[in-house]
Amino acid sequence: MVQQSSPITSPHLSVKQDTGAVMRLVLLATLPGVATLTWFFGWGTVINIVWASLVALGAEALVLKLRKRPIGFYLRDCSALVTAFLLAISIPPYAPWWLVIVGVGVSIIIAKQLYGGMGFNPFNPAMVGYVVLLISFPVEMTSWAAPADSVADQPALLGPLQALYANFPWLSSQPVDAFTMATPLDVFKQNNTQMISEFWGSEPQFGSFGGYAWEWVNLAFLLGGLFLLYKRVFTWHAPLTMLLALAFMAALFYDGGSAASKGSPLFHLFTGAAMFGAFFIVTDPVSSAVSNRGRLIYGAGIGVLIFLIRSYGNYPDAVAFAVLLMNFAAPLIDYYTQPRTYGHGNARK
Amino acid sequence: MTRRVFAIHGGVHPPENKSQSLTTPIVSAGIPELLVLPMAQTVGAPAKANVQVGDRVLKGQMIAEASGFISAPIHAPSSGIIAALDDQLVAHSSGITAPCITIKTDGKDEWIKHEGVADFRSCDKQALIQLIRDAGIAGLGGAGFPTAVKLSPSADKRITTLIINGTECEPYITSDHSIMRERAADIVRGSEILAYLLQSEQILIGVEDNKPDAIAALRTAAEGTSIEVVEFHTKYPSGGEKQLIEILTGKQVPSGGLPADIGIVCQNVGTAYAVTRAIDHGEPLISRITTVTGKAVAQPRNMEVLLGTSMRFLLEQCGWQPAEMSRLVMGGPMMGFTMPSADVPVVKTTNCILAPTEQEFPTPQFAQACIRCGLCAEACPASLLPQQLYWFARAKEYEKLEDHHLADCIECGACSYVCPSNIPLVQYYRASKAEIRQRDLEHIKSEQARERFEAREARLEKLEQEKLAKRKARKEAAKKPATASSAQDPKQAEIQAAVARAKAKKADTANGEDPVQAAIARAQAKRAQANAEPEDKLATLQKALATADKRLGNTREKLEQAKSEGSDKVTLLEGSLGKLEAKRQQAQQALEDYQQKEHG
Repeated sequence: MVQQSSPITSPHLSVKQDTGAVMRLVLLATLPGVATLTWFFGWGTVINIVWASLVALGAEALVLKLRKRPIGFYLRDCSALVTAFLLAISIPPYAPWWLVIVGVGVSIIIAKQLYGGMGFNPFNPAMVGYVVLLISFPVEMTSWAAPADSVADQPALLGPLQALYANFPWLSSQPVDAFTMATPLDVFKQNNTQMISEFWGSEPQFGSFGGYAWEWVNLAFLLGGLFLLYKRVFTWHAPLTMLLALAFMAALFYDGGSAASKGSPLFHLFTGAAMFGAFFIVTDPVSSAVSNRGRLIYGAGIGVLIFLIRSYGNYPDAVAFAVLLMNFAAPLIDYYTQPRTYGHGNARK
Repeated sequence: MTRRVFAIHGGVHPPENKSQSLTTPIVSAGIPELLVLPMAQTVGAPAKANVQVGDRVLKGQMIAEASGFISAPIHAPSSGIIAALDDQLVAHSSGITAPCITIKTDGKDEWIKHEGVADFRSCDKQALIQLIRDAGIAGLGGAGFPTAVKLSPSADKRITTLIINGTECEPYITSDHSIMRERAADIVRGSEILAYLLQSEQILIGVEDNKPDAIAALRTAAEGTSIEVVEFHTKYPSGGEKQLIEILTGKQVPSGGLPADIGIVCQNVGTAYAVTRAIDHGEPLISRITTVTGKAVAQPRNMEVLLGTSMRFLLEQCGWQPAEMSRLVMGGPMMGFTMPSADVPVVKTTNCILAPTEQEFPTPQFAQACIRCGLCAEACPASLLPQQLYWFARAKEYEKLEDHHLADCIECGACSYVCPSNIPLVQYYRASKAEIRQRDLEHIKSEQARERFEAREARLEKLEQEKLAKRKARKEAAKKPATASSAQDPKQAEIQAAVARAKAKKADTANGEDPVQAAIARAQAKRAQANAEPEDKLATLQKALATADKRLGNTREKLEQAKSEGSDKVTLLEGSLGKLEAKRQQAQQALEDYQQKEHG
């Protein structure tokens, strides 16, 4: 008989899954979206991801060493990689290398580890990093590459090596510049004279129902999200209410497609970071509400805020701000949405 | 006819692993050389031994009596000699020893005279309940609550439904399953006896649908009775008392309450069987069905085991490979207890002995951080938020734990089972519950102490007030007559005083004391005093002080007495007390002056 120093208490069984496996599933689920981004915008996103992952692992290891925690044990949970992936996908392809360092550094060191590390962060680390970058470096953060084939005179997409030189200009003597253009949401924000149907035809940014290229990117992230849902990595509550609330708000302010219109529900759902946000950001369990009822409210709040900030705010997309604002509200939501415990007739509502 | 069953929240589906131990019928484990019977086998007060070392006992003889309402007696499982009354290792994960009776069996298995009741329906209910109590029957499902107590609900609670629990939702365990498929008739009989005692119209036997043979056997046995065998989907922990009640009736037992509060009593199938044996055959609870299973035994099976049999004795009959075993568990994988050794006796609540291999029950991984994924909340059958409870437990926020209804946690282990971070959640809840219990106890103690202190303060205050009131009343009473007389005729009083003064003067002169003579005499006396020996002088002064002290003390005593008696002398004594105090002061002053003069 193998003698135990202290008795193991029940339960003696557990599912063969660990947090690292969950995180790896999330990484896997981003791949369709990443592939689509690469298809339309070139290798910039992939280079962002690789570079951000290296920086994230380095930063995490550094802090764990300073905090005297077992480095290998915590790196294996892959949570730093998830943060790196999410931030790298959010920032423009061909972003300068230092932008990634600053963003990932803020995410991992400040937003995550300074609050106590994995599981203790009140805010979504990737979104904190993103917002810090957006506020500090608005030019770099809003120069999104133009999608392939969107304009006739656009040069061919950069190859992997050229893309690398775009991110790391000092690697090459020949500086490479990516061709950038305004995103569909920017265009929408600047329009106040044309009917929707008019500029939909005139501007190259628009596709069949969402932004050009963006509708495919969003569909790809939706696919990845559905895979995670099928794998029961998260519940449907928060993503569904976020998307519903966003669509509802858009429908409310659609205004029949007039010049004052804020865009159709379909446009809002398939443009910008809507699907990516719904399935990869809103579903971050650490910083969201905990009960299913709480998550319904949490998701809906994010959906409403995304629409408001997109339509009336100064920044082109709004997922990061909306998520951080609702992160603030999560403890309050938790307080008021405790499920009714067995045997309690009048549980707190 | 299928009865509507209700869904419960949460639950998990761990691998069942039940078929391994169901390949053979129940076998008898036989009589071991020694039987060790712990005094505390059930919930409640431990039993009290009524035998001596060296006594010969017969099978079924009561060897320890119940010691209270919630307590169960213990009987000799086989005939033999009492070998010891001492502390032995018992089935508890902490490896504690506890008082036990050890019987050295003689192999004759000689029964004590016993007989059952011919027709229970013609018997007095209280007498039948007493028979069940005397048979030492306790809940055989695992909790071990004395059955007779559950059969005596308070008079204001009408029990409408009796639920017989044949769910056995824990993986690996098949003791209930095997007893249902082999002894269904006795279970049905026992259910009828229990329903008769409780006067309940409805009898439901709940069984999970992974036991079709048991369901069939019960349905056959229950034909012609009002008993309904209800099957429902297999899910852990459907067999929890509260969960089974919700599945079968849709009702929830109020938090902190008992099933009896909603007119329900739950009993295990094994308990129903034991009741039949006790009532129909007069046999006390001396054996039970125990599953011996796990990959570290070659022939998993169910055994009919005499209580007090060592687990090792059973394991060895089943092809035990101790080297393969990662730990020994009493109960199932979800709620079972790790045993300190195989040398512990089977007790009334031992439904399973589980000997898993390391591969089967791996050593728990190091816990990772909680990411609040919420899988635990989805699995929780009590609709709690285990992830929140975990944070509060770690932060020792007991108020928040109570707010989040930690007390409603049934410790089923579903949350720990699904936790991807391998956090031993249930362990945190058990520890927190114990700490809250401790804190509540201390709170009650300090409350009681505070109440006692406040009551004492109030009593003293009241006494003081009464004293003051009395004194005041007496003072006023004493004043009244004096003021009345002087107010009567002030002039006459004045005249009387003047007369008195004149008389005193006259008397002085009549004594012939010349003032000059007197002065000389005083001066002489002073000189004489000064010339006296210093020691004498000191002694005199000390004596004077002592005398003054003594008088003062006496007068004080008298005053106290007078006060307590409410006597009129109080004012008088108070006056003289003042004078005596002044005198004492003088004496002391004189003594000090003298001492100063002498030494200074």
